[in-house]
Amino acid sequence: MESIKNVLIENSLVTAFALIGLTMYLSYFISTKLTRGKLHGSAIAIMLGLLLAYYGGTVTGGEKGLADISIFAGIGIMGGGMLRDLAIISTAFGVNFNQVKSAGAIGFLSLFIGIFLSFFIGVIVALSFGYSNAVDITTIGAGTATYIVGPVTGSALGASSEVITLSIAAGLIKSMLTMIFTPFAAKFIGLNNPRSAMIFGGLMGTTSGTAAGLAATDPKLVPYGAMTATFYTGLGCLLCPSLLYFIIQLTF
Amino acid sequence: MVIYGVAILAISMLIGVSAGELIGTLIGIDSNIGGVGLSMIILIVAVNSLSKKGRLKKPSQDGIAFWSAIYIPIVVAMAAQQNVVAAIKGGPLAVLAGVLAVLISFAAVPILSKSNKPKKENASK
Repeated sequence: MESIKNVLIENSLVTAFALIGLTMYLSYFISTKLTRGKLHGSAIAIMLGLLLAYYGGTVTGGEKGLADISIFAGIGIMGGGMLRDLAIISTAFGVNFNQVKSAGAIGFLSLFIGIFLSFFIGVIVALSFGYSNAVDITTIGAGTATYIVGPVTGSALGASSEVITLSIAAGLIKSMLTMIFTPFAAKFIGLNNPRSAMIFGGLMGTTSGTAAGLAATDPKLVPYGAMTATFYTGLGCLLCPSLLYFIIQLTF
Repeated sequence: MVIYGVAILAISMLIGVSAGELIGTLIGIDSNIGGVGLSMIILIVAVNSLSKKGRLKKPSQDGIAFWSAIYIPIVVAMAAQQNVVAAIKGGPLAVLAGVLAVLISFAAVPILSKSNKPKKENASK
């Protein structure tokens, strides 16, 4: 038993391929047999992934979900930033560049609108929970944009670690809800063409949420959404501690 | 060879992500701005110009296509390492902020898609 465990640990990335492969198989099985294809296999797989992450987090108390369990450490490599970005970029192979160009301007605009919307929603929620300090409010607003913008802004402004943690949680919730609910919402918000996918990526901003949500909706849309979404975090890190903090400071 | 395609993809990523870092540094923030998006544009341009010259053989294309085919499993692995516990521990404030941000951003998609629409619908290929 111990020696099998060692094999799994020593070959962690290979273990991850096997585990994710089985998860995909199970998900597509559930999709066809139990939902008769109504709920897409990849949507189920992503939910299973989040459930496994919750399990990993409760068992180990760590921050990296299932990847904190030693035999599943390869999940951290397979789903980590490096391979995730490589795979996202590869989806651009087969993209219609004219579509990108024609939706470029509105996609760019949607980035700004997306950051402002999420930021001010976070601000309003923070206010309604009794926060009145400009630094706290700005940090929570920034976290609502994405869970990276929150801590970057919070550290820049000198927010307490408690508020920073809260801002990360808000961004994580946004990211996970985007993963889960995009395939259900797609029909109602016209998310079925490259143009709306680029707008969607700009508005949502969370690269992981957008990438997973679109994958579960229609994999063809992934590159368009991901393309705009990857500008969001950087732009948020630029705007939140500067312009948006300034606006909040003037108001409160 | 398959590796040619993988290498084109890898080089596109390295150039794009470096450019994203550079843009971040230039405007004075410690974050990558659009590195992945820039990489995608570089890859599209590289693939287009190579295939026009007939320099991108089928095996090379397969090297890129493999990664885009393995994309969904990678996303599932990404989901499996999210900090779900922390998200839920954030309590009602975090949940409310997250839920509202998603709902309102979803609602904004059709508003923006309808506005400023190009005159002729680009027929998808």
